[in-house]
Amino acid sequence: MSEQGMKIKLKIWRQKSCHAKGHFEDFEAENVLADMSFLEMLDELNVRLVRAGKEPIAFESDCREGICGACNMVIDGQPHGPEKGTTTCQLFMRRYKDGDAIVVEPFRAKAFPMIKDLVVDRSAFDRIQIAGGYNSVRVGNAQDANAILVKKDDADKAFDAATCIGCGACVAVCKNASASLFVAAKISHLVHLPQGREERESRVIRMVDQMNEEGFGACSNTRSCESTCPKEIKIENIKIMNSEYLRAKALEREKSASGGGDG
Amino acid sequence: MSFNLDSKSPDGPIQDRWKKHKFDMKLVNPANKRKFSVIVVGTGLGGASAAASLSELGYQVKAFCIHDSPRRAHSIAAQGGINAAKNYQNDGDSVYRLFYDTVKGGDFRSRESNVHRLAEVSTAIIDHSVAMGVPFAREYGGTLANRSFGGAQVSRTFYARGQTGQQLLLGAYAAMMKQVSAGGVELFARREMLDLVVVDGKARGIIARNLITGELESHAADAVIVATGGYGHVYYLSTNAMNSNATAIWRCYKRGAGFANPCFTQIHPTCIPVSGDHQSKLTLMSESLRNDGRVWVPKKSGDNRKPSEIPDDERDYYLERIYPSFGNLAPRDVASRQAKYRCDEGKGVGPSKRAVYLDFRDVIKRDGEDKVREKYGNLFQMYQKITGENPYKTPMRIYPAVHYTMGGLWVDYNLMSTVPGLHVLGEANFSDHGANRLGASALMQGLADGYFVIPATLGNYFASNKFEKVGTDHAAFAAARGEQEGMINKLLSVKGKKSALEFHRELGHIMWEYCGMSRNAEGLKKAIGLIQKLRADFWKDVNIPGDSKDLNQELENAGRVADYIELGELMCLDALERDESCGGHFREEHQIDGECKRDDENFCHVAVWESKGVDTKPARHKEELEFENVHLAVRSYK
Repeated sequence: MSEQGMKIKLKIWRQKSCHAKGHFEDFEAENVLADMSFLEMLDELNVRLVRAGKEPIAFESDCREGICGACNMVIDGQPHGPEKGTTTCQLFMRRYKDGDAIVVEPFRAKAFPMIKDLVVDRSAFDRIQIAGGYNSVRVGNAQDANAILVKKDDADKAFDAATCIGCGACVAVCKNASASLFVAAKISHLVHLPQGREERESRVIRMVDQMNEEGFGACSNTRSCESTCPKEIKIENIKIMNSEYLRAKALEREKSASGGGDG
Repeated sequence: MSFNLDSKSPDGPIQDRWKKHKFDMKLVNPANKRKFSVIVVGTGLGGASAAASLSELGYQVKAFCIHDSPRRAHSIAAQGGINAAKNYQNDGDSVYRLFYDTVKGGDFRSRESNVHRLAEVSTAIIDHSVAMGVPFAREYGGTLANRSFGGAQVSRTFYARGQTGQQLLLGAYAAMMKQVSAGGVELFARREMLDLVVVDGKARGIIARNLITGELESHAADAVIVATGGYGHVYYLSTNAMNSNATAIWRCYKRGAGFANPCFTQIHPTCIPVSGDHQSKLTLMSESLRNDGRVWVPKKSGDNRKPSEIPDDERDYYLERIYPSFGNLAPRDVASRQAKYRCDEGKGVGPSKRAVYLDFRDVIKRDGEDKVREKYGNLFQMYQKITGENPYKTPMRIYPAVHYTMGGLWVDYNLMSTVPGLHVLGEANFSDHGANRLGASALMQGLADGYFVIPATLGNYFASNKFEKVGTDHAAFAAARGEQEGMINKLLSVKGKKSALEFHRELGHIMWEYCGMSRNAEGLKKAIGLIQKLRADFWKDVNIPGDSKDLNQELENAGRVADYIELGELMCLDALERDESCGGHFREEHQIDGECKRDDENFCHVAVWESKGVDTKPARHKEELEFENVHLAVRSYK
């Protein structure tokens, strides 16, 4: 392949560690082909840097098919870049033209501490899952799968919410750095299914409390998360989470009001 | 030293073996379970499900993953589905049929006892996954939906649109996180296993590098489970993820774990074709698409017309023509080879002429675009993003690509390797798929191993052995850590001119050319020479900027590439010495009309390689295979 590619000007955030001061560094990517992905352009740039004995740009990616949620860059101010319903790894260079300039930054949020360059720490999401993102069923306890019937419509809604890839774009785009869409997706996935009803109240309370403890902000009501989400998770899920939370809290109050004497 | 390759397969009627074995194994009583600790490396379907189920039993579990979160393991990218012998469709399926299809699909190079067990536990996987909230596709009546996969004439594949792996992994991840919450699993993310620590002949711990601080950590336990996936990334271009690597299993091999059938590679027929040297990976288009998509090439070679301009009678629907009873759902190895033959005949399509069509015109006409979107929407969208073409309007162009490795660390029926205490699950082991894996069976195997097999067999290992207390202060940990420090310093001190990625790409070219879809003795010998030279060049000319004390992705990658180069050589050696064709291992010297010609007299065995050090030829051992139930026959899908 000797065809002449594009030249792309890149302004990329560099930061040695969470303690170091960060800055933008200018690069020029050469011979960028239309069929290249955005990350493949960075791969080539990194090869060039290594050949020159310079430290390559640290960034995360894994499946490069838009499903693992590892890649996370803010491209020209937009988490995952300009295309709707697309992760960074699925952004291809055919939408750019020779001479374009692109600014690349990490996902920024208080709850996502900086690690290096474009890599941040999203383990807060795992801790929210640990708080309650599951049905407490032991291996070996399950009944025949078809003994639980689920309306197709409910199964589809559960699936739509469950496609969240945990990338954190919803947090990065929100002016309050709220994780509401991420948490709501999990709540909504499970609430649409008959399995796990026993934990319906405890789950939502534990997960929402953990989200607040991690330092994520409150929902900004701007719907920016919905328009940025690479899996196009709907904002209705946040409505479901909020009503589930209120319901669970009301039941909790009712229980403690009538409690005290039982046992 | 010779390997003990006793498979520990129980005897008796095939359908009773697992039950009998479970009864015969020793148990650890509930109060004693908490005294035993186990390390699980890898948190994909095999690792996460093992960590969850072992912790539920009461064992102390430490789980390690290289990603920032266990949920990113590459199982997440599996698309099409998971097989289970539920017979919900009333179409004649049974545990025995799934067993039969899998043994035949693997071209008689797997162990019957293991495969039958896999088919047996397949049904419980679906039950448990549904209980965990996995949102499988459903019919309007609320029951579970099924579709078909290659190598089968029944519909036994459960699916969640084109994201089945994602949903199953999130289920296993949730099961593990529940145990983290309960205090039974301690989680170590962003850690890479660099070495296995063996004390008095038993696996007793690992050395892991903290990828953020660079620190080499020692972790001790009573047993080690490795579930780190396959090694298809040796080919550079594959459908594997960027971080999928062979380092954990390769370092175990160097510590005495036998490596079984390393040359058994699955080349998947339906991937988006290579577009250039810049490419970092290839993308699969799920086999499930072959339920509705039809594969064809123009009948005339060099036909440059647009696909829509080629009338039906000038198209060769070659899979339907050659394999009328399985049609487009011929198994992967068979479908891949036929695609290659068409392109070799000059009938390939697209700019590179190394592609065939996968066409949805007929199903769109029959069922409408919406129905197709509902079943395969995410796959069509992915195709469009990568190629810039709309597959609802024009056929997909596809070509085979490296997807899965059937080979892996040798394990016995208990999933234990040749190193006592080291257990290997999922794609990382060699056990169930023989020389070719059927579609939708990888998810089944990962979860079978983790949810149902290891919880039963690990207890037997604990109850049958004496365990001295071994802590990380044991000399073996210091020694292993020292060796790894030496390896890292050696890598950093080369200070050459090239990036590790460049060597990796070069290795990929050699492997694809000589150890890919078709192989011959001359080519394999040549490849071994080229790889040895590449290894020498690597250690002279690799450059890794930065140091080992913080996040250094070049250092991580260079260590992995060093291992791929060594493993690539072993794969070629294994392919050379297996002087027959079977499943995905196609030796040009042994064929009948372009199909595999097995040599059951001389090669009806598992080849198990023993490391003798990097510069010495490894030793080849054999585990003979017996087929008492599915009788050895020429595989036919015609």
